[in-house]
Amino acid sequence: MKLKFVKALAVSAVAATTALTGALATAQEQFIPILSYRVGLYAAGGSGFFGGAIDYFNLVNANGGINGVKISWEECETEYAATRGVECYERLKKKNGGATLVEPLGTGIAYGILDRLPADKVPMTTLGYGRSDAANGQVFPYVFPLITSYWNQAAGMIKYLGDKSGGMDKLKGKKIVHLYHDSAYGREPFPVLEAYEKQLGFQLIKIPVPHPGTDQNAQWLQIRQANPDHVILWGWGVMNAVALKTAARVGFPREKMLGVWWAGSEEDTIPAGDAAKGYTTMTFNTPGNYPVIDEIRKKVYGANKGNLSDKDRIGSVYHMRGITAAMLWVEGIRNAQNKYGKGKVMTGEQVRWGLENLNVDEKRQRELGALNMFPTIKTSCQDHEGSGAVKVQVWDGKAWKAVTPNWVIGDRAMIQKMVAESSAKYAAEKKITPACLPG
Amino acid sequence: MIYRESGQYKTSYINDSQIFPIKQDRYAVLAFIAFAFLAVPFIATPYFFSAILIPFLIFSLAALGLNILTGYAGQISLGTAAFMAVGAFAAYNFMLRVPGMPILLAFILGGVCASMVGILFGLPSLRIRGFYLAASTLATQFFVVWCLTKVPWFTNYSSSGVITAQEVKILGFHFNTPEEKYLLVLAIVCVMALLAKNMVRSTVGRSWMAVRDMDVAAEVIGFRIMRTKLTAFAVSSFYCGVAGALFAYCYVGTVEPEAYNLDLSFRILFMVIIGGLGSILGSFLGAGFIVLLPIVLSYIVHVTGLPNSVTSNVELMVFGALIIFFLIVEPHGLARLWQVAKEKLRLWPFPH
Amino acid sequence: MQFFFEVLIAGLLSGVMYALVALGFVLIFKASGVFNFAQGAMVFFAALTTVGLKEEFGLSLWAAIPITMVVMVLLGIATERIVLRPLVNQHDITLFMATIGLTFFIEGFAQLVWGSTVRKLDLPIQDVPIEFVMERTGMLISQFDVIAAIICAILVAALAILFNKTKVGRALRAVADDHQAALSVGIPLQHVWAIVWAVAGFVALVAGLLWGARNGVQFALIFVALKALPVLILGGFTSVPGAIVGGLIIGASEKLAEVYIGPYVGGGIEGWFPYVLALVFLLIRPEGLFGEKIIRRI
Repeated sequence: MKLKFVKALAVSAVAATTALTGALATAQEQFIPILSYRVGLYAAGGSGFFGGAIDYFNLVNANGGINGVKISWEECETEYAATRGVECYERLKKKNGGATLVEPLGTGIAYGILDRLPADKVPMTTLGYGRSDAANGQVFPYVFPLITSYWNQAAGMIKYLGDKSGGMDKLKGKKIVHLYHDSAYGREPFPVLEAYEKQLGFQLIKIPVPHPGTDQNAQWLQIRQANPDHVILWGWGVMNAVALKTAARVGFPREKMLGVWWAGSEEDTIPAGDAAKGYTTMTFNTPGNYPVIDEIRKKVYGANKGNLSDKDRIGSVYHMRGITAAMLWVEGIRNAQNKYGKGKVMTGEQVRWGLENLNVDEKRQRELGALNMFPTIKTSCQDHEGSGAVKVQVWDGKAWKAVTPNWVIGDRAMIQKMVAESSAKYAAEKKITPACLPG
Repeated sequence: MIYRESGQYKTSYINDSQIFPIKQDRYAVLAFIAFAFLAVPFIATPYFFSAILIPFLIFSLAALGLNILTGYAGQISLGTAAFMAVGAFAAYNFMLRVPGMPILLAFILGGVCASMVGILFGLPSLRIRGFYLAASTLATQFFVVWCLTKVPWFTNYSSSGVITAQEVKILGFHFNTPEEKYLLVLAIVCVMALLAKNMVRSTVGRSWMAVRDMDVAAEVIGFRIMRTKLTAFAVSSFYCGVAGALFAYCYVGTVEPEAYNLDLSFRILFMVIIGGLGSILGSFLGAGFIVLLPIVLSYIVHVTGLPNSVTSNVELMVFGALIIFFLIVEPHGLARLWQVAKEKLRLWPFPH
Repeated sequence: MQFFFEVLIAGLLSGVMYALVALGFVLIFKASGVFNFAQGAMVFFAALTTVGLKEEFGLSLWAAIPITMVVMVLLGIATERIVLRPLVNQHDITLFMATIGLTFFIEGFAQLVWGSTVRKLDLPIQDVPIEFVMERTGMLISQFDVIAAIICAILVAALAILFNKTKVGRALRAVADDHQAALSVGIPLQHVWAIVWAVAGFVALVAGLLWGARNGVQFALIFVALKALPVLILGGFTSVPGAIVGGLIIGASEKLAEVYIGPYVGGGIEGWFPYVLALVFLLIRPEGLFGEKIIRRI
């Protein structure tokens, strides 16, 4: 009995070492670690997002790679926990010739590896989450909150609500409830919303929902009593579905609710059933079908290499976000190859340059088969975000549909000022001298 | 044969009351510590330092703290992570607001703050026992994290409620690389483990154990229950507080209050129970087990080549099953297994 | 004043939902002294299995529920066989730990079989305000919550009959009082435990269906267990009526606190308020509201 256990241990140790050494053999590929989560509280989102990224990798490889360089990747389960995420990052960062970039899709993990990035020379993208002030590439050279950050999103929300009411000045005297997940995440937009409150003269009521938010009777009774003109739903996970259900229960119109993009996926609306109909959220993808998704259906799922077990989820919000992320990474690598040598494997440092000089305009989007799937992006050292534009989508009971034909952009000057202030504070705490890294 | 205590005579009280009365133990422990300080820095890779050794040591320290409370004083707590959070955020604020504050002192003061919170939340233990107490310690867990998110002063008015640990500098020496941080953590853990080992052998420790075994009886024979229980809470929280500060400063660097969530509390409780209640060594074994097991498991299932959606779930199932398995095989934890092994070694190779 | 009553009623109805989960804990603790942490996972597993059978195999709800019931009974029996039997006579905390191991196992197993997608569960009960109450008083009271409360009442009555009027119930109470004495008069301890776990599985199924219909069937259902814990410490670990009364008190007071105290301290106090409330109660009555009086002898 005891002996058996020892044997099992020995076997596992051998297996572990072969796993370590076996992977080293394929160094001629562009290696991207995938810090995914497929179990636990947020598994539904994680499997969609990382499934999308991997599907796109498979597509790129099927089309011959990036100028001939194939992408290789390895998954590591983080369970959305910071400690496991850090371990995964440390495990994979030096593997297969070094990690090209990371995307943990989790605030806690992103914070855990934030300080390690410059030393390891690995760029990190944080699509639509993480520190908003990381858009300042002079202080955070290795962090890329690509497309848009929480602050820009909050600004976009107010802009949309203003336009909807018939002009920003019409918001004066209106009541807006900010119903938020009671955590760092839910508090992130406070500075933006408060600044707008002063500027535009609406009344902002902040109502927190304690984690995980499985019961929101108290909050919605408060909302009903306040009778606001709009409710911003800054939720995460189960909280979103419960908010929709409870809104239906107290008879609050879903059309007046505007969700954050993490409250705007099929995973948030389907469990709410009919209660979700008419509900609007922000998004950085235009819902719909695109040539690139058709190609993934044909070349990846047709060849039985698809990552999603449920084919109905192809093109769902999280899946499309994953594809978008992977597309931008590949563009970054391609960009780096243009500078440092086509057909070569890029280092993390070189990819960092590639991501810092992205330029995905409409022409490029069309070439990628993703015209208008996400806003056009042009990054620079001062702006690691590259866009700041958002769109609004509505749930019609079966699928998401775009509401705004054009991309919405809030008060960018205000956000940029806040980014500069906040990143300067970080730089002072960390004793960093802000500077652009040379190419 | 090798592990034998015959011929080791204790000729003085000092000899009789030393920590490791058996020579082999003493040398083994010394050799192990020397190995950890002198050899490990040369052989371990950065991955080992920053992903395994540092968290292992930090969790060991926290488990040690909880073990003092649960294993020695018999009070179950599910609020360990909250005390760690207090330690971390207190240390951060001391560093931030007191100019020229030495970092070690900040860690200690962080621990002191944690122990004050511990005393406050330990008060109910005077009346409540067992699982009732366990469930009410959840109040600590939720309240502390809520407080840290709600009061912006604690996080220096950071809009996202995140603190960034200042750099670790002692007497002009910067601890930057994983290796240096490892050595710092190791040194702190060694000193604190030694203190704990001594504490549990002293009057304080004995009174804890008396209370654990039967508090009414302990009270009858003259132990002051209140003082005993509250010192247990204070000391335990101090250890957790220091561990929490190390977690922020030497492991993750940038933390949000949610990092110290209920999950972490449970993980540390696992370490204590799997490692062995009422054993200093057990805290280390348990921490090693809980830190390493998921990593080893993920390597193994990775080799099988199954899709990741399957392996992640299998990993979780195996983790759960192994916990049950270990509890069935040895309900008293890994430390007990070690003790059994020692008993066997003592007689080996002659069973009589 | 009307708003006050609305909050109060909403709180009481939420409390019933908490009590439903707490019942499962009480059953097992009462009969075997095990603090079953896996109850939350069982709720999740039961709901997921029902929905999974319905969606993947195209069964109707009324076919899926009995099959899930069988699965839950099997799970209960297997737990008793594999986990608890080898751990008889171990320290409480060891048993508690084992149920945490079980939690991980069930979580992994449930998602392995049914996948990690979030699913919708439609019960034939509408979650809309009752109209005539709205017309008469202007208060919004959800039809769903009221029906949930009725189901809960039926469940408690059934459990009370089971415990007090049947042979099995007598055996259960005997085991709860004293394992050894019960064994010595010939009560098959193992069978009794298997029955208790099966009944707890059934309660988990009911809780899972109601909570799943309310929140969608997803991993977060496990967290409803956290809502049940303060109910448990308040009502006492060993009392079925305690779970109900505790649930009502916790539900009502946490909602009132959130609405009337919350705004002054920044809100979000629902997370810890029930625990603190329960703690205060415990300081007065250390065995909970309805728990058995603890007599300690040397």
